[in-house]
Amino acid sequence: MTAPDRELQPLAPQPLAPPEPGARGRAGRPFEPIPTYAGTPPFPRAARAALADTRLRANLQRATATIRAKRARAVAERDDWEALRLAGAAIKNEVLHDLPALLVQLERAVTDAGGTVHWARDAAEANAIVTRIVREHGATEVVKVKSMATEEIELNEALAEAGIAAWETDLAELIVQLGHDLPSHILVPAIHRNRAEIREIFRREMALAGRPAPDDLSDEPRELAEAARLHLREKFLRARVAVSGANFAIAETGTIAVVESEGNGRMCLTLPEVLITVMGIEKLLPRWQDLEVFLQLLPRSATAERMNPYTSMWTGVTPGDGPQAFHLVLLDNGRSDVLSDPVGRQALRCIRCSACLNVCPVYERVGGRAYGSVYPGPIGAILTPQLRGIVRHPVDAQTASLPYASSLCGACFEVCPVRIDIPGVLVHLRAQVVRQHPMGPHVPEPDELVLGVASWVMERPRRLSIAERAAGLAGRVVARRGGRIGALRGPWPVSAWFGERDLPAPARESFRAWWRRVGRGGAGSTPSGQERSRQGRAPEDAP
Amino acid sequence: MNGPVSRHPGDARAEILERLRAALADRPPVPDVPRAYRRAPEHGVDVVALFASQVADYRATVHRTDPGGVARVISDVLEARGARRVVVPAGMPDAWLRDARVERLTDDPPLASATLDGADAVVTGCALAIAETGTIVLDGGPGQGRRALSLVPDVHLCVVEAGRIVGTVPEAIAALRPVRPLTWISGPSATSDIELNRVEGVHGPRTLHVVIVEETPGA
Amino acid sequence: MRVALFVACYNDLLYPQVGRAVVRLLRRLGQPVEFPPGQTCCGQMHFNTGYREACVPLVQGFVRVFAGYDAVVTPSSSCASMVRHYHATVAREAADAGTDPSLPARVAEVAPRVYELSEFLVDVLGVTDVGARFPHTVAFHPTCHSRRLLGVGDRPERLLAAVDGLTLVDMPHAETCCGFGGTFAVKNADTSVAMGLDKVADVLASGAEVLTASDTSCLMHIGGLLSRRGAPVRVMHMAEILAGPEDGG
Ligand code: SF4
Repeated sequence: MTAPDRELQPLAPQPLAPPEPGARGRAGRPFEPIPTYAGTPPFPRAARAALADTRLRANLQRATATIRAKRARAVAERDDWEALRLAGAAIKNEVLHDLPALLVQLERAVTDAGGTVHWARDAAEANAIVTRIVREHGATEVVKVKSMATEEIELNEALAEAGIAAWETDLAELIVQLGHDLPSHILVPAIHRNRAEIREIFRREMALAGRPAPDDLSDEPRELAEAARLHLREKFLRARVAVSGANFAIAETGTIAVVESEGNGRMCLTLPEVLITVMGIEKLLPRWQDLEVFLQLLPRSATAERMNPYTSMWTGVTPGDGPQAFHLVLLDNGRSDVLSDPVGRQALRCIRCSACLNVCPVYERVGGRAYGSVYPGPIGAILTPQLRGIVRHPVDAQTASLPYASSLCGACFEVCPVRIDIPGVLVHLRAQVVRQHPMGPHVPEPDELVLGVASWVMERPRRLSIAERAAGLAGRVVARRGGRIGALRGPWPVSAWFGERDLPAPARESFRAWWRRVGRGGAGSTPSGQERSRQGRAPEDAP
Repeated sequence: MNGPVSRHPGDARAEILERLRAALADRPPVPDVPRAYRRAPEHGVDVVALFASQVADYRATVHRTDPGGVARVISDVLEARGARRVVVPAGMPDAWLRDARVERLTDDPPLASATLDGADAVVTGCALAIAETGTIVLDGGPGQGRRALSLVPDVHLCVVEAGRIVGTVPEAIAALRPVRPLTWISGPSATSDIELNRVEGVHGPRTLHVVIVEETPGA
Repeated sequence: MRVALFVACYNDLLYPQVGRAVVRLLRRLGQPVEFPPGQTCCGQMHFNTGYREACVPLVQGFVRVFAGYDAVVTPSSSCASMVRHYHATVAREAADAGTDPSLPARVAEVAPRVYELSEFLVDVLGVTDVGARFPHTVAFHPTCHSRRLLGVGDRPERLLAAVDGLTLVDMPHAETCCGFGGTFAVKNADTSVAMGLDKVADVLASGAEVLTASDTSCLMHIGGLLSRRGAPVRVMHMAEILAGPEDGG
């Protein structure tokens, strides 16, 4: 077992730091260097750094509190919410369990409708396909609709290498891109930024990427949105190639659906001559009819709306309307590994709504970047290790720390529109981590030692009884008056607990010992006078 | 998650399908989908009134009129907006624009994107509308035009005949055919990207007027 | 009806008064209860940390000790949820590995009869007013495992509301996790403490004299933070309130 909390790796270079002067916007490359998650330390360390950032915590707390309340109201409007969730989960299970056949069906339908389908085993292959198509059309820039798949494969970086500028057009993605930043939320990648920070980024960076922000730009959200509208419009009007993701792809008809709010998606999907859509192979739905479930589940779960402002659906190429060349890139990149784990595969049901992030008490406090992946929060904690191949081989310490980045409170499962048992998958993956670092001849890690001793003790009640007496003695040696153990120094996990928390001293008489002495006797049994007075000032009593 | 560079450039399709079949070696059953959710509107609901209130809830402006009043409402809205150059898709009933004194931009030959960007407004019909969600759906049919027409101008005026309003999303899906490109519109363009507060107006039309036409208009 | 008490290992050692309170309460309600001395630990800490093989002997021990009882009552909703949800998983894996082919059947016999205290009182004994008196303002922390995994609903609040003299106060963000999370509390101590301190702020904002819950583990965490800060709030397991003082007064 790795003990990621004690890794002595240096903290990642702060992605928030502004780049070297002159490093941006040259040679047709919009921004350089583009930050990545590489080098993120294991979760406990990354979390510690994030927790120290009080502004980040305040931004996140406000944003998640807002969306949580709104989602609850939007969901409460539907008396058939649970029926929709059950249908959603079943449809996605159908997709996963019948994936090869459905992909072939989708391929045929898209091809019949005038599109071209490509298959990519991994990120490099997908990036090469997109780069080749862009080059074939003689373009040096693309406009992009927000897409997790292209973030996962780091397409923008690959395009920049090839001298192709990729302009993010979603407002939050624009904020992240202009801020030389990393996304921290699936749906609202700039959730960690407040309006004042956004204003600063726009004023500083827009001019370097195109149309500058107005001189008198305030931090009113309406004005910030207007600045983005003006900045991006020239890019929409001149772009010849667009890159998008897909929310849903209908195997039966070859139809692709993109769900959005701002209209940047419609711009990208409609105005350019060439459209390239990169989608994970699990984004399928079997039938056209199935959209009736997901177009109800997704908007309410994601932005807490009855319906998002815009949804675009297209099937191949429509003569005289929109792009006249359509390429669909089907991406594996670890998904077939995820599918091979009968427990873990349910993570592929995810429709990227972010509801689990918004309710997660861990995410709310540490933010998205601590997870070291484009997929943060509860879904990231179960998806990232699986995409990185945990089912096949041992993973690095950062990846191994992700399944432990949860208190297992279960709030995520409660809101997940496709009923992914995230806590169940987390403990399943923890077992995989342990199995890959089995208790063996190596020097045991502290938690392994502690739990190893604990299970040896617990296997026999007699051992437990002896251990309790020993603990009772030891505890009272270190206990302060009132039966509490206060600040204690020592090795992990002693240091980890006692840094901020007291603990009651082990009781003079365990329950077991009490029962043996008087308990079975009857209702009147009480502990000795001395014990009772200790209990009178119960260990958890305030001083 | 950047996997290893492909070992051989060969057949990615065959390899992925093979991986997937191997991953499903446990042969998990393909489940039946339980569809116990509601398909029809709740009993006794007036879908036209519901549609009007849901659209208004998303800060679109709703007008209710009878067939004889459509032209008047349209010309009033365009005038109030100061719209002079108005995009008019093919197949729109002539009567709708009878009263409007504006320059009509028709899409034959297709309008350049820059011209669309210079237009003040667009008037369209719709394929259908959904009451529960306050959504209008365009499918490129008569009076709707290609997708760019209803996207680039800053004001969108959409005429919804009451007979086109269905109650629920399942009813809409059943009535639509995806061979045509579909655009579902629920209120004006909006974003929640700044502190998760909804702000109307980013890239799509920032103003949406919905004109509901029925024989006996409600309130 | 033969009823066994599963006291939970950490209560046994750190909070014996909770076990004594359950015994006192059930006896007052006329329900005899036994403490099978062979019991140790439900294995949750091992299971949730990933040490699944280590759970097998604990699950075997659990079914051996509690077989034959009509009901097993425990003052830990967290342990109850481990038994009801995950003992079957451990058993299935042990059977698949050939270690103990009949373990799933034995678990299926015992696990459904394990009740968290409020479930046992309300559903099995059919009481909500247990005849207790506790003249204090009390905030109730609905622990994640009781509410989400076990689904105890509002049973604890109904029991508390029926206590004579007790004023149940609302606590902001009551449903939010306190950050204990078993080994999470030490493996991710910083995050755990940050969550706990927000909970402490909510407890203080509620103005309650006493914070109660159906899990001592969460109370150990919140109480440890309160105590370190010298906050004037007592934490007590729900059983202690329902049972009344030890001397019977
Ligand atoms: S796991 Fe569920 S709740 Fe989380 S993003 Fe995916 S679909 Fe939404």
